[in-house]
Amino acid sequence: MTSFWSNWIIILTTITIVGITWILFANRKGTPRVGDEEVTTGHIYDGIEELDNPLPAWWFYMFVITIVWGIGYLVVYPGMGNYPGLVGWTSVGQHDRSVEQANEKFREMRDKYLALPIEQIATDPKVLKMGQRMFANNCAQCHGADAKGRFGFPNLTNNDWIYSGTTEGIKATIHDGRRAVMPAWGDILGDQGVKEATAYILSLSGRKGNAEDISAGETRFKTYCAACHQADGTGNPAMGAPNLANGIWLYGGKTEQISQSIRTGRNGVMPAHKDTLSEDKIHILTAYVYSLNQP
Amino acid sequence: MNHDIVEKNIGIMMVLILVAISFGTLVELTPLIFGDEVQEPIAGLKPLPALQLEGRDIYIREGCNNCHSQMIRPLRAETERYGHYSVAGELVYNHPHLWGSKRTGPDLARVGQRYSDDWHRAHLFNPRDVVPESNMPAYPWLFENEINAEVTGKKLAALRKVGVPYTDEDIAGAEAAVEGKKEIEAVVAYLQNLGLLLKSRR
Repeated sequence: MTSFWSNWIIILTTITIVGITWILFANRKGTPRVGDEEVTTGHIYDGIEELDNPLPAWWFYMFVITIVWGIGYLVVYPGMGNYPGLVGWTSVGQHDRSVEQANEKFREMRDKYLALPIEQIATDPKVLKMGQRMFANNCAQCHGADAKGRFGFPNLTNNDWIYSGTTEGIKATIHDGRRAVMPAWGDILGDQGVKEATAYILSLSGRKGNAEDISAGETRFKTYCAACHQADGTGNPAMGAPNLANGIWLYGGKTEQISQSIRTGRNGVMPAHKDTLSEDKIHILTAYVYSLNQP
Repeated sequence: MNHDIVEKNIGIMMVLILVAISFGTLVELTPLIFGDEVQEPIAGLKPLPALQLEGRDIYIREGCNNCHSQMIRPLRAETERYGHYSVAGELVYNHPHLWGSKRTGPDLARVGQRYSDDWHRAHLFNPRDVVPESNMPAYPWLFENEINAEVTGKKLAALRKVGVPYTDEDIAGAEAAVEGKKEIEAVVAYLQNLGLLLKSRR
């Protein structure tokens, strides 16, 4: 704050405090009484007179206390322009201190778990309890409170991993996020091509279909899809190409839903958490997600 | 009795009341209005691109700010959940600000990039599809309505008048930037950009 505005605040605040103090004392006493006679202000409205009593003592002293308290506050806390106050309090300072206190409190525990391998802590009930809470706060919005996922957001409990189910893989997914790159094939394959590819893909998980479509679809699959999803359709976690042969469908397993995926592509995004969650929390979350797939 | 003068002249009384009640404003508000903290944008802050600005206007139209604040207070309970506390410098181009004071839903000041675009679309179409216990209304019409691109440039020009540094090219290109876009695209673009400049791992 510039010194002009600092002085502006100091002067106006001082005027206010002096002003209310003056008003208080100037109105403290009415006209001195003579004997038992009631003294009035002289106002008469429709025959009703206004008594000229002094301010009640309890009220007067409470007012004095608030003024004294206000002055004390302005000495101890920042209020008078750029004057920082005797204790140097700031809201940001208070926040940083409370964060630091929490870090102190939890540091030992966090460091302990961070140093241990995920496979080991994934059986620790304390870790799982913390992990479950963190999951509810950070992951459940997409993957569901039960981690079973929903349309477009993968199930994390069925040991079918689009990317990787290893501890390092899960950690990398949480840390850096993932971005699926299934292109749209509608223009390239045409309607007939999409229909055939769909038939073949469905046959990979044992679904029945038109034999001609399936055999034509196989050729299309080998040409366009196998590069990522592998020749047998079991997918490639390194590229995030899902297994198409196990009957688990991220975007629905109906014929039309699979055709839609082929036609328009799919670009599911897992957001990165490296800017929001600390390493130890990602470690514990990884352990929790990992534990969901252990027998 | 000199307070007779005040009591019997309503004009004088009004002036004195105005003087008395203006002190708080003069002390607490006026220095802030002219202060650097609220005038200087933080590093990296840019005016919202046309599409996001339209998203922001839809956000206001639909009353999102009635249930979602955009103001993270410097308290650990808040920064732990939402991220770095809000600072004035990241809101200098907000006209009007959308701080809000009610949180039926969570604070959105740093919701940008926390969820995928797909999640936002699913959530705005019907929140129960992704968060079963949600009591947020659904906004399916955002997927049908097209943005009225004719007025976008005027909105940018109006904001420039109150100090948002849009360039002539920004204003000239505004219509093309939102032409034919659905409202949902604008809202998601706006939400995904919220609060990205300050990060805190926690």
